[in-house]
Amino acid sequence: MTVFLTIVVIALFGITLWQMSKILKLSQAKDADTSQVANDKDNNIQGKLMLGFVLFLYLLTIYCFVQYRTFFLPESASEHGVDYDLLMLISMILIMFVQIITQGLLHFFSYKYRGKKENKALFFADNDKLEFIWTIIPVIVLAGLIIYGLFTWTDIMNIDEEDGDPLVIELYAYQFDWRARYSGEDNELGKANVRFIEGINTLGLDVSDSYGKDDKIVNELHLPVNRKVIFKMRSQDILHSAYMPFFRAQMNVVPGMITEFSYTPTITSEEMRNSEFMVEKVATINKIRKVKSKKLVAAGDEALDEYTFDYYLLCNKICGVSHYNMQMKIIVESEEDYETWLKTQPTFGEQLSAQVSN
Amino acid sequence: MSAHQGDNHDHGHDDHGHHKETFITKYIFSQDHKMISKQYLITGLIMGIIGIAMSLLFRMQLAWPDHQFTIYEVLLGKFGADGIMDPGIYLALVTIHGTIMVFFVLTAGLSGTFSNLLIPLQIGARDMASGFLNMISYWLFFLSSVIMILSLFAEAGPASAGWTVYPPLSALPQAIGGSGMGMTLWLVSMAIFIASSLLGSLNYIVTVINLRTKGMSMTRLPLTIWAFFVTAIIGVVSFPVLLSAALLLIMDRGFGTSFYLSDIYIAGEVLHNQGGSPVLFEHLFWFLGHPEVYIVLLPALGITSEIIATNARKPIFGYRAMVASILAIAFLSTIVWGHHMFISGMNPFLGSVFTFTTLLIAIPSAVKAFNYITTLWKGNLQLNPAMLFSIGLVSTFITGGLTGIILGDSTLDINVHDTYFVVAHFHLVMGISALYGLFAGVYHWFPKMYGKMMNKNLGYVHFWVTAIGAYGVFFPMHFIGMAGLPRRYYTNSAFPYFDDLADTNVLITVFALITGAAQLVFLYNFISSIFYGKKTIQNPWKSNTLEWTAPIEHMHGNWHGEIPHVYRWPYDYSKTKENGEYVIAGQDFVPQTLPLQEGEEEMHH
Repeated sequence: MTVFLTIVVIALFGITLWQMSKILKLSQAKDADTSQVANDKDNNIQGKLMLGFVLFLYLLTIYCFVQYRTFFLPESASEHGVDYDLLMLISMILIMFVQIITQGLLHFFSYKYRGKKENKALFFADNDKLEFIWTIIPVIVLAGLIIYGLFTWTDIMNIDEEDGDPLVIELYAYQFDWRARYSGEDNELGKANVRFIEGINTLGLDVSDSYGKDDKIVNELHLPVNRKVIFKMRSQDILHSAYMPFFRAQMNVVPGMITEFSYTPTITSEEMRNSEFMVEKVATINKIRKVKSKKLVAAGDEALDEYTFDYYLLCNKICGVSHYNMQMKIIVESEEDYETWLKTQPTFGEQLSAQVSN
Repeated sequence: MSAHQGDNHDHGHDDHGHHKETFITKYIFSQDHKMISKQYLITGLIMGIIGIAMSLLFRMQLAWPDHQFTIYEVLLGKFGADGIMDPGIYLALVTIHGTIMVFFVLTAGLSGTFSNLLIPLQIGARDMASGFLNMISYWLFFLSSVIMILSLFAEAGPASAGWTVYPPLSALPQAIGGSGMGMTLWLVSMAIFIASSLLGSLNYIVTVINLRTKGMSMTRLPLTIWAFFVTAIIGVVSFPVLLSAALLLIMDRGFGTSFYLSDIYIAGEVLHNQGGSPVLFEHLFWFLGHPEVYIVLLPALGITSEIIATNARKPIFGYRAMVASILAIAFLSTIVWGHHMFISGMNPFLGSVFTFTTLLIAIPSAVKAFNYITTLWKGNLQLNPAMLFSIGLVSTFITGGLTGIILGDSTLDINVHDTYFVVAHFHLVMGISALYGLFAGVYHWFPKMYGKMMNKNLGYVHFWVTAIGAYGVFFPMHFIGMAGLPRRYYTNSAFPYFDDLADTNVLITVFALITGAAQLVFLYNFISSIFYGKKTIQNPWKSNTLEWTAPIEHMHGNWHGEIPHVYRWPYDYSKTKENGEYVIAGQDFVPQTLPLQEGEEEMHH
């Protein structure tokens, strides 16, 4: 029945279109221009619409920048992120400048030079000077951007384990969750390979490696503020990507190899939570959640929890059906709080012996 | 030299007129480039309908994740049971949408249609160098399309590892259902597609080099031909690499090799694979994948160059610079692939190199944009639908290209990689731009293909709704990307932090649905004009190029009698003699077939 009705509706829709086209045909005067080539009247209307379009584009730009200003990430919670944000700002200003000028010219010319029968176009095929200018300007600007970008890139990607007292943490990804492994008192991660995975040894640590005994495996990432962290990333199954947007950090996690990323967190979770930006943002989000909860409760479902901000790590490389929910909480805290927390976590050695005694 | 070969070619082809054509040789297994181009166009449009419909489905899921839509159940069957979209099929829709749009619509549908139609007609040849290979090329494309569509009906779902099909996800059916039969069919389909593309490209290259008519030197070629020619070269250079990537993947999947797999524990067991690397696949894939962007885009830019010059009644500004830009883009496009892999785990030093080459490619792109704008300056713009789409292309090309400066910078890529910022960027710069090129081409050469005119008013409606809709979809999308929203998420509700982006996602989807509906206007216009359109005159746009000197009728060989000779470049619009009069009195264009007139200087472009 539904199929039949659908067919009827489609057929009726088709007939409507056909009839409309007939009316359209009838409504056209006999002497009207039916060549289907744009005439002066078309040029006039379309040229003006072009001008209108660029205004639409400008308004859309302004609307987005104003209305969506809270979408931008808050100030970077990592040291290198400050450089990142500055480079982003410079690039953004530059491209918006070029965007506004070129779109303006393009559409303004489309309007200004809209065709008229009596007009004559200018035969203007070449001008070496002009072309040189607009080749050399991008060259210079881009050279500046490239150099700035490359310096920042080298700073971020050169990971020196000898420098200072970095904390070494393994990020371990699998479908569809994360684990973090702290290297323990020796600050040295024990060897591991997926071939050792067995029972509670879910990360495949080599039990014969004494470095691994004091490693601590957790599912919540705690970081002491202002201390450099080096992440060593390992995947159990397929490609994942460890994306920590608030720290301007991302690196793919690749099975068969260990990838690295390093940064120094500078803002604790507490500070970020209480920042002006975040207070306002969380308030907005909770308002939205309240409205949604009302609907859910009315439909007999559970209400949504109130949201409090925490840093998070999310998977950003397509990894399967639950890719959208592969996350881990990150907590940046003072050195003391971090130490206290770490003490409460059992070492891998303890976990193993606990299992044996059971 | 080439001209003589063109002459020799005449005799062979004169016989063709005497063959009796059956329905099958005329419409199905045709070796005539004009018919093959129509076949490409219609196949491409059908694939386009499927690809766009898929995007609307997953956009609906993104906008209203907790809503139930019966249409899911109608279209997706068990994957949309009770009107709830399955997360696996969401990824499959994203994957197949990407594959279909990039390869089947914008590579075959755009380049296949217009290279076939225009190369012989605009260089003054009777047909492609090998009509038979050309026919094979189309039918392989058709076969690969059919297999791709068939893969949608695989028991465990079609390929769902993203259009980039990164292993191990694409190699292991344990990792995701779509990596079973669906992925096998995807690989088979793509292997056949590559064969089709190579046969086509080789044919285009040979034809342009050998079959140009007398007087048609390389510097007198319309920019369309330059674009198709260079596109074909990039295709021949890079598509074979995708084939090897696919072959190695097939071996990893079927024959237990370890090219891409190493140290994997999945579904409760350790796989034997050892020593492979997914990064190798990424390198091979993007060695095609990046040039592919230009394979899609260059033909569109070629088409717009021609259409903008014709409709501005002005020569294209900086012909030599345009050709040089095409060549520079083509060369650079083969050495920038690593910018898709800044954070893939490859050596960071390589990242620096790729940043450098990537930002270099902005230079020829900028030159092209400036040249287009200057071409409009002091023109006498005839704002036909094709011209509107061409201007629209320049607009989206600039908007999308500029954000490339952010993504091409390895530092800035770190935090926007794989977010909606990227999705917005490439949809504007290659998706929308290339689609505009396709539409512009259809509106402009429709009279040549079907002998009828398309309705201009419907064309205007189509353009304006699409233009506003496309920006409405993709401009706000940059901002949700800047918020750190990852792409390929079935729903964003797992992260309360993204709750305030939900309204914007609804807005984007509403724009997408409207824009999608506007394409029905185009389809209606296209189909009804084929049958009921107004008959066209020989040269409706008053254009200089050779295709408009050919009679509009179905015939093999393109011209009755001798093929035309060429005496000038194709952009003598509004050219005046020293005394300020048009070269031909009362006519603002000079066809390429007209010898130099008295008192006229040839352009030394």
